[in-house]
Amino acid sequence: MAIESVCMALLQWSPALIAGFGQNILISLLAIGLGTVLGLLVGMLALSPWRLLRLPARLWVQVFRNAPWLVLIYFTTYVFPFEIHVGSAYIPFPDWVKVTIGLALPASANVAEILRGAVASIPGTQWEAARSLAFSRWQIAVSIIMPQCLKRMLAPWMNLYAVVTMGTALASLVGVHDVIDTAQIASNTVNLTGFTVLVYLSLLVLFFAYCYPISRLTQRLERRYAFY
Amino acid sequence: MPSIESVVEPLVSLRDVHLAFAGNPVLKGINLDVYPGQAVSIIGPSGSGKSTILRCITGLLQPQRGQIRVADTRVDALTREAQRIELRKRVGFVFQQYNLFPHLSVLQNLMIAPRKVLGRNRIDAEKDARALLAKVRMEHKADAYPGQLSGGQQQRVAIARALTMRPQLILFDEVTSALDPETVGEVLTVIRELTQEGMTCVLVTHEMRFAEEISDVVYFTENGVIVEHGSAEQIFEHPANERTREFLRHALGAPARRGPIVSDPYLLTNLSRYSLSV
Ligand SMILES: Nc1ncnc2c1ncn2[C@@H]1O[C@H](COP(=O)(O)OP(=O)(O)O)[C@@H](O)[C@H]1O
Ligand SMILES: [Mg+2]
Repeated sequence: MAIESVCMALLQWSPALIAGFGQNILISLLAIGLGTVLGLLVGMLALSPWRLLRLPARLWVQVFRNAPWLVLIYFTTYVFPFEIHVGSAYIPFPDWVKVTIGLALPASANVAEILRGAVASIPGTQWEAARSLAFSRWQIAVSIIMPQCLKRMLAPWMNLYAVVTMGTALASLVGVHDVIDTAQIASNTVNLTGFTVLVYLSLLVLFFAYCYPISRLTQRLERRYAFY
Repeated sequence: MPSIESVVEPLVSLRDVHLAFAGNPVLKGINLDVYPGQAVSIIGPSGSGKSTILRCITGLLQPQRGQIRVADTRVDALTREAQRIELRKRVGFVFQQYNLFPHLSVLQNLMIAPRKVLGRNRIDAEKDARALLAKVRMEHKADAYPGQLSGGQQQRVAIARALTMRPQLILFDEVTSALDPETVGEVLTVIRELTQEGMTCVLVTHEMRFAEEISDVVYFTENGVIVEHGSAEQIFEHPANERTREFLRHALGAPARRGPIVSDPYLLTNLSRYSLSV
């Protein structure tokens, strides 16, 4: 009887929960996208032979890799205005975008670090062979080193994406209407202990169902590129 | 070939080249000449500075003192990377560990430098690449990746890759030392053919019999100095210096001179010649 009503309630709330999870996925995809673009840029600067480019990039990596993600999310939420004034137009700057940036910052630092590790894993003899074929430093980076790095970066990068996805659970703390927020509203509304347990259990299942295949694929890729 | 030497300028010449790594002297006054079309071998114990000499010639290392000239280029005076790139277009380099690009097929390994560095178009670069692969007898592996090839095959591809730049000169740094004994011969055959075609070659090698066979001039180095140099016959048959004699005694594996070259790789006298390449 009680179990039945609890399950009915979950069924009723499930469209809202799934819509909320869609918000989490959207944030995670945009965060990893932005973080990857930023991270590759910062990572390349960090490998630059010029100190003026290298030092700020290294600082970026150290700061955002070592800061708690929640602090970064609070930081971006309160440091950015709620709308941006461009010419005569006001562009709203919603909280979920700020959270996306808050997640993209540590993601970028991690991508930069993954890039550094991949570049360091390419033997110096590859540079030397290309140099003796009259390649310039830039040509070596682009045509010889980067293509070999991309394969090696794929697995750790997907790992990072899974972590970013789980990080989106922090979004509800700054008022983003995501799956956690929806679950809270649902559990307050239904107000049954059994339902609360079930609703959070279903969140676990949702995140697991999304992240587990990614982690399995990562493992397979790691095995595939272990040699060579 | 002294009669030629008096007329023709050397293609490569090193004069009193000194180089130290962090205060640790490695080259202590190297003098070396390579004339166009010559095959010059550098032999000597490991750590004596042979690779360092080759690296200086192609501008990968900068000596602290002395002159290095390749054709009209004063290599020791180059200051900008762009100048060194111009030099390296004319000087090929083949490494002990092949150093092929593992993410590219054999054909792409041969096409990438002509296309990116020399700006040649795809069709010409591919035609050239295939012709050079045929020359090193690797045309059937054009689409294979380096990881799928044996050491000897990879090294032949690496030689073809160096040739794609149409260099005036090729430097070989112990190119058979990492190979299985049974594939050493196929690589040496390719190098022998290059020297017969008149390609100017500088070889660092532990293959004494091979060096003796193909070299016009042999340099013996020890501890960063050239102990002795001369024609292959001079160095191998009548070495003047006691150090050279001792090195050759060890390297050739027998106090007496070798017998005739036998082609059966399983013959014991022949095995010793392979086991040198460590
Ligand atoms: N990049 C380097 N940094 C410091 N020492 C080096 C470097 N390269 C070579 N050496 C040293 O220089 C000496 C000569 O090296 P090398 O030219 O490679 O000798 P070889 O090729 O005759 O075996 C060795 O003692 C080696 O340890
Ligand atoms: Mg060496």
